[in-house]
Amino acid sequence: MHFKILAATALASLVGLSAPAFADTQLNALFMSQAAYSEADVKAMTADFEKANPGVKVNVEFVPYEALHDKIVAAAGAGDRGYDVILYDVIWPAEFVKKGFLKDVTDKVPAADHDKIFDGAWTTVTYDSKVYGMPWILDTKYLYYNKDILAKAGISAPPKTWAELESQAEQIKAKGLVKYPIVWSWQQAEALICDFTTLTSAYGGSFLKDGKPAFQTGGAVEAVKYMRETLDKGVTNPSSREYLEEDVRKVFSNGEAAFALNWTYMYALANDPKQSKVAGQVGIEPAPGVDGISKASAVNGSMGLGIASNSAHPDEAWKYVTFLSSKDVQDKYAKLSLPIWKASYTEPAVTQGQEYLVKAADVSLGLMFLRPAVPYYTELSNILQKNIHAALLGEDTPQAALDAAAARAARLR
Amino acid sequence: MHRPLHQTCLIYLAVAVLAFVTLAPIAWLFIMSIANPTDLVTVPLRWIPAHPDFSRYGKLLGLTGDITENPFLNGLKNSLIAAVGATLVAIVVSTLAAFGFARRNAPQALLFLMLATFMMPPITYVLPLYSVFSDLRLLNTPFTLVVVYCSMLIPFAAWLLKSNFDAFPAEIEQAAMIEGAGTLRILREVVLPIARPAVVAAAMLSFLVAWDEFFYALLFTSDLRGKTLPVAIADFAAGRVTDYGVIAAVGILATIPPTAIALLFQRHLISGLSAGGVKG
Amino acid sequence: MESWRPRSEKWLLLAPALLILSAITLWPLAQTLWLSFTDAEITAVKQPIHWIGFDNYVYALTDPDFQDALSRTLYFTIVSVGLETVIGVAVALLLNLEFKGRTFARMLIVLPWALPNIVNAMMWRLIYHPEYGALNALLVQTGILSDYRSWLGEPGLALHMVIFADVWKNFPLIAFVALAALQTIPRELFEAARVEGAGAWHQFKAIVLSAIIGPVLVIVILRTVEAFRVFDIIYVMTRGGPADSTKTASFFVYQEYFSYLRAGSGASYAAIVAAISAVLIAIYLGAVRRQAKAAA
Repeated sequence: MHFKILAATALASLVGLSAPAFADTQLNALFMSQAAYSEADVKAMTADFEKANPGVKVNVEFVPYEALHDKIVAAAGAGDRGYDVILYDVIWPAEFVKKGFLKDVTDKVPAADHDKIFDGAWTTVTYDSKVYGMPWILDTKYLYYNKDILAKAGISAPPKTWAELESQAEQIKAKGLVKYPIVWSWQQAEALICDFTTLTSAYGGSFLKDGKPAFQTGGAVEAVKYMRETLDKGVTNPSSREYLEEDVRKVFSNGEAAFALNWTYMYALANDPKQSKVAGQVGIEPAPGVDGISKASAVNGSMGLGIASNSAHPDEAWKYVTFLSSKDVQDKYAKLSLPIWKASYTEPAVTQGQEYLVKAADVSLGLMFLRPAVPYYTELSNILQKNIHAALLGEDTPQAALDAAAARAARLR
Repeated sequence: MHRPLHQTCLIYLAVAVLAFVTLAPIAWLFIMSIANPTDLVTVPLRWIPAHPDFSRYGKLLGLTGDITENPFLNGLKNSLIAAVGATLVAIVVSTLAAFGFARRNAPQALLFLMLATFMMPPITYVLPLYSVFSDLRLLNTPFTLVVVYCSMLIPFAAWLLKSNFDAFPAEIEQAAMIEGAGTLRILREVVLPIARPAVVAAAMLSFLVAWDEFFYALLFTSDLRGKTLPVAIADFAAGRVTDYGVIAAVGILATIPPTAIALLFQRHLISGLSAGGVKG
Repeated sequence: MESWRPRSEKWLLLAPALLILSAITLWPLAQTLWLSFTDAEITAVKQPIHWIGFDNYVYALTDPDFQDALSRTLYFTIVSVGLETVIGVAVALLLNLEFKGRTFARMLIVLPWALPNIVNAMMWRLIYHPEYGALNALLVQTGILSDYRSWLGEPGLALHMVIFADVWKNFPLIAFVALAALQTIPRELFEAARVEGAGAWHQFKAIVLSAIIGPVLVIVILRTVEAFRVFDIIYVMTRGGPADSTKTASFFVYQEYFSYLRAGSGASYAAIVAAISAVLIAIYLGAVRRQAKAAA
């Protein structure tokens, strides 16, 4: 034990030599470099925060979404060399709270804020009726379409149902306007589950019932059948099975797809002539519904900012979190991610230039379907990813694949 | 030596295929790094960029733009600390050990045990290491990687040097011993000058192994303060990148140091590798 | 003075190496074994750890996904190293011939080997990109393929594309060693064989094979041990997909630890991987010993 401490101090002083001497409070924050706010946005917000809070310096770190969960876990052991503020996905609080990664901030949230923020956003940071941070990204998947291609195909209105989407896509394919009209993010990853969840909500399905798998019956099976069918008919780009959101954006922005399912951020980027060939042609609608079951569909893809439980500066960290999620900041950077505040949606700063996005959000944000909030979600999701992927690759029928996933999930510890 | 024409043709054909297969992917990586972003997402693909653009390199190297939070330069710094540090320590430590094995009758079984530890997959060590570095608050710094990488480098460097020391005639050393020189002096003044090529080979191989390491670095570092180049590249390549060319440019830059070393010391490397191959 | 030297000094010389290796390898290995009998989890707050006997092993050994990952890893290892050996030796034979530009060609094959692993993985991922990758463009523009393919999106194909990337990077290593061995064969041996009228194959077997088989075998086993732990190329290129078809043992254990936070169970998987590696390592050390004896 003595040796441990001795070695620690010796090594720590060695390490200390390489770090700059600082009198300021240094915060370290972890973000993702995917969807929602861009790196430039986050850096600009952070600079604003530092200006408003002299003496606090924030180092921001970006990792891809696919690495975010494991990075939070691995860095949790780093103590004051780890992160103070972490960005986390709506599906993780159950697990993170159980393992003690997040600080409980229930007492710090002003009661007045509760009604001003969307319920779907609060879900993101709430577990077991305690609050573990502030919601920051309020996001869901929308249906994007290329107005130009639809017009050329003689289609007057974008699809309201998934069946309609399929038939419009067939029409576009038959006219030879694009080879594969629909593009999705169906890589074996969480992105696949987000698309699957959207469809499942449209078909009225569910993940779990009484803690037991329920995805092998009803709407969830219909969802996978639909995905499979669009592949079989050649209206879904077969490369979707190795795409993430960024690939979807590139293919859509390149004019190679008529339809795409993606997060809010694609609206601004696909409309940016510097990185898109379809700027000005981008239409956006809530993801479609299913006749007799739903009018539209959505997945809760929100994310929150929390304080790491071993942060040495929880007060400064909380200041930073509340700054980033404040209405003013969110209204100012509303191009890539829409605010969590209800009042923002009538602010000209938010609505101007993105009236259609806000209109779609109006419908979608109320419908956001939640993936199960269970501590073993990551593993459950991986089981689903693998088996749904097998169904999409034609190795299994949708029913058999989901049965296999349910059987595997029953073995979960 | 004369050989029939058709044989000569066959040889050159084979060499041409070899050259194409080895060069083409790297050449393409380089072309991507100087191509216009829009060229890279054009279907059908354009092979030769109309206007080569080297600006990405300037940005990455911090010649233009903001350098304070430049992930490439920080990764480069951390990679250099980890790889150079580990190589230096490993060479010193393994020279001593190799001398012990070759000249002071240390049990050879230990050498085999050392080799065995080096060949175990890192996944079998990683979690306890992670916990202890976490307890000692030593995560997220390249200095921790120095220690970890040492454990990877010492066994094979010791083996390589030991087989080299074995080949020296014992008389030279004995002469020095009679003059009363201690072991360290003998090592420094007698053995090392002769063994220099082997030490260089061991050092170069060590550097390359450490430069390449990804698994430990991925788990033990988390941001600019600790991340090495491979981790920075992996994060970079998977995130939101509007421009594939930037990823390509980072790849090219990360390849320059090991390639330069491999080419400069090719002779040493091959003799080192084959000594390692023949004798371990 | 002289008498203590040979006995205790060897330990002084070995001490730093042994200290570092015990701290960074032997101790963690023992810890991993201990953890594998517990229900430990990765948490930010200290939690009690319980001894649960062989529960983890029972679960691990009956886990079909883990069995799949193991056999997949063995397949990757055998095919990768097999191809590297055949191509490496063939290239060494080619580069041992006399032709103009030989030095340049020998330098050329250093490049793939010097390329960092991660850069290699990233480079091939870009090349394999279904829409904007160079491979599809090349094959379609030359008429070899009529349509773009999803190289990393089809099970079966994806693993082989990863193997290809791995072989491309690692065949030079075997080529180096084989070439160095070939250069030790005296020219007269070839001449003698020719005079005696030995057939080309017979000559190859008798002279070439016997000269290179030892060194090449050792490096092949070394590569085998290395390929068995494959992680980084998978992490960057496929992350285990499509439909788990590229999920290798190391990646599997990594997930058990850092995605599912199960330290105890992960450790039992790691221990099984270690046991299999130990067999490979024993084979390697046996071969090294035989080589060392033969060389002596």
